[in-house]
Amino acid sequence: MDILQLVIVGMVVGSIIGLGAMGLTLTFGVLKFANFAHADLMTLGMYLAFFVIVDVGIVGGHVGPFSFGWGMIPAVLFAWGGVAAFTVGVDRFVFRPLRRRETDFLSIGIASLGVAIALQAVVQAIWGSAPLRYHSEIHRALTFAGGLKIKPDQILIIGLTLAMAVALYLLLHRTRLGTAMRATSDNAPLAEASGIDTERVRIATWVIASAMTAVAGVMFALQSQLRFDAGFEFLLLPMFAAVILGGIGNPWGALVGGLIVGISQELSTEWINTGFKPGVPFLLLILILIVRPRGLFGSETQWST
Amino acid sequence: MLPVDAFTSLAGEAPALLPPLITFGGSVNWTVGFLTTAAIFAIAALALNVQWGYTGTINFGVVAFFGVGAYTSALLTLDAPGEFESYVGGLELAIPIGWVGGMVAGGVLALLVGLPTLRLRDDFLAIATIGIATILRSIANAQEGLVNRARGLNGIPRPLEGFANDMGVDYDLVLLVLTSGVLLMVFLVVRGATASPWGRVLRAIRENEATAQSVGKMTTSYRIQSFVLGGALMGLAGAIFAHRIGTIAPDSFDNLTTFLVWTMVIVGGSGNNRGVMLGALVVGFVWFGLPLIQEELPDFLGTRVFMLRRIAIGLLIIAFVLTRPQGLLGEEPRVSRFAPRGDGGGGLWPTGLWSRIRGQPGGGAA
Amino acid sequence: MDALLDVHGLVKRFGGNYAVDGATFGVERGSITGMIGPNGAGKTTCFNCIAGSLVPDGGRVVYDGEDITGLPSYRVFRRGLTRTFQIPQELSAMTVLENLMVVPAEQAGERVVDSWLRPWRVAAQERSIAERAHEVLAEVDLTHEAQNYAGNLSGGQRKLLELARALMSEPGMILLDEPSAGVNPTLTRRLVEHIQGLRERFGITFFVIAHDMDFMQRLCERLIVMADGQVLVEGEPREVLENTEVQAAYLGSVTA
Repeated sequence: MDILQLVIVGMVVGSIIGLGAMGLTLTFGVLKFANFAHADLMTLGMYLAFFVIVDVGIVGGHVGPFSFGWGMIPAVLFAWGGVAAFTVGVDRFVFRPLRRRETDFLSIGIASLGVAIALQAVVQAIWGSAPLRYHSEIHRALTFAGGLKIKPDQILIIGLTLAMAVALYLLLHRTRLGTAMRATSDNAPLAEASGIDTERVRIATWVIASAMTAVAGVMFALQSQLRFDAGFEFLLLPMFAAVILGGIGNPWGALVGGLIVGISQELSTEWINTGFKPGVPFLLLILILIVRPRGLFGSETQWST
Repeated sequence: MLPVDAFTSLAGEAPALLPPLITFGGSVNWTVGFLTTAAIFAIAALALNVQWGYTGTINFGVVAFFGVGAYTSALLTLDAPGEFESYVGGLELAIPIGWVGGMVAGGVLALLVGLPTLRLRDDFLAIATIGIATILRSIANAQEGLVNRARGLNGIPRPLEGFANDMGVDYDLVLLVLTSGVLLMVFLVVRGATASPWGRVLRAIRENEATAQSVGKMTTSYRIQSFVLGGALMGLAGAIFAHRIGTIAPDSFDNLTTFLVWTMVIVGGSGNNRGVMLGALVVGFVWFGLPLIQEELPDFLGTRVFMLRRIAIGLLIIAFVLTRPQGLLGEEPRVSRFAPRGDGGGGLWPTGLWSRIRGQPGGGAA
Repeated sequence: MDALLDVHGLVKRFGGNYAVDGATFGVERGSITGMIGPNGAGKTTCFNCIAGSLVPDGGRVVYDGEDITGLPSYRVFRRGLTRTFQIPQELSAMTVLENLMVVPAEQAGERVVDSWLRPWRVAAQERSIAERAHEVLAEVDLTHEAQNYAGNLSGGQRKLLELARALMSEPGMILLDEPSAGVNPTLTRRLVEHIQGLRERFGITFFVIAHDMDFMQRLCERLIVMADGQVLVEGEPREVLENTEVQAAYLGSVTA
């Protein structure tokens, strides 16, 4: 039963990594650079929600068995808006000028590292270094047959991740914007030549990715705590491992990759020292790079599912 | 877990290495301490310059190589573990052997990380290096009997301490001279390697790997060579740091060190060895100097000076990539010091020298 | 006929599509041979398979009597078969001179230990490499650009630099991918003279892909026409261009 419990925790952690990785793979696919600030955008999202719930004080009692109140809804929307505004702004003043100049994608990645360092320090300067929580009450787990324990929040995390994955699928495959995004990802000059305003597509990509980024950040804080240094320490490598496992630019692949990373990370503690846990996504990453560098579901053309 | 003083980190949040500027004597002490720190950073920056500046390989795990070098040198030179300590090694070897060991360890780690990733896309290595420092740190913290876990290693011998006592010279000054001497040697080694046909192949790989391959260069081999050389020199920088500070713990090696070295290379000038040393001095001065004016700042900023300087380096990186990607000193058009220059000089010696002494514009930075 | 390059039954697939589907042809030693065909006929894929940039899915490539099928590009290069790229692949942030100096194989200074311990040997070798680079630059009229960044050259000059890089290796055979694309007519005429002159003086065999019929007719003594991944016809330029099948293939591609 222990193993099953670990698998369930792994699915929760994997959902968070997977949702974050979906946002990351979307920008990686459309904008063609590795955004090293992505994990810190999640941090920004979790703290913006904290601002609404705690600093402003919109709590909204309790929703059913969950640890939070109705205030979570405006908080998440605010976090999405904030992260979207931030990324669109950074794109306008940092990434777009570099793109125009046809700077190599590695230098754009370095610029994103600068964004990550500064953003993390700003969050720390505003909200301090101590770990925080949205709510202080004890959050009771539900006990199922065989002594399995799951918290209602965790069920919601898995469910919401799946719902957002379906929504992203519909958006990419059933809307004009989604078609334009896939076209831009495949071949931006060709997309532009066929009348797609690729700059607007890029802005839309930031906004859509921000939804997943912000929600994943809030989920991380619910599952663990709000930590200003979560980005480079805990989140970035697992998310990139998920992105590459799933094939760059492939959102479903990123989700499956996230689940693989999360579950193997938690399961590993059954056999090895917990302190080695951060090494698991790294080993998965190295393994996939040796065996199949284009990812489990990656093909020569991106986005094909 | 025992608390570890933050100032044992090179990029540490509390600059205990750097006593406050109270008196004139204080400012001399501060300057000596600062220059020693800057010299250690300059070695790491030269190392990163081989990897990124010349070859275009991204390494976000600088501090991991640095830490591996520090621990290896410490374990080789320390006494055997005492009653409440548990670590491997403690071989009581001479300090220079420890430093060489630190270099070897850095090089081996580079080989292990580089072999599976360097034949792939450029950004894959960058991604793979993100986690190394975190992983090594958590292993060091978790594994009993390896490196004394979070309690850290204490009493790492300090180089030339007996010599300084015998001569009656200020030890900090001796250390500065020693560190500067090592920096000079590293500079000559790096320049010897990079301002040569070897460095030319590296720059060719950075500019266009397919072209380098099409003219018969085994590019993966060169990328690994450059990554290993860089890793070894980062290990050396870490080893010097360990013996200077005397005490190291896993948390001494935080990602700030990595970010700082990157800022130095970007600001100083990727691909220019003198540039990145200048970058170490300039960025180091901003980084370690800012806390000195803490009292002068308005309260809101003063209490947040450590965050302020991180915001500053983040913005510095962005500003330079955007407005001056070549850095303060851009790289020279000519790679190999043996190749003819624009002014028609011969090819044998570092030919720019005479024209520079005579004040003529050579084929200088673009 | 003494074939320097012999390609037999070459196959290359991308996904389910056959880019090259059993192409068989030869290039005679000392000749200037051209390959033409409509877009998507598989010309560049052929080149990539010969030069080792792609690994063919079937068939054989024999160069100078030795099987080089599937060898990586750096090993193909070392056998004296070198190529240029359709879009010039200059090393932008390096001088034109060093773009060429990087080419020669087995340079002493390419081993990091030698540049530390035996600088005099490296220096001597560098002098002779630089001399050779200057000769090659003179050959393609780029002497005055020697110390300029390659990234600052004009489009036509970049084409010449591609050619110079190929010459630098003292090759037996050069594959030229679209040397005339995007080059003005004056330079195109000079390009024809350059290439023919190089063949005369150094005995280099050229194998050329280009779209510009006029250019190919003046340059080549033999043309191979590709269509749908196979060789359609082969022969002297005049007879090939008068062939009705060839005209049909081209007209077909124009109306498509």
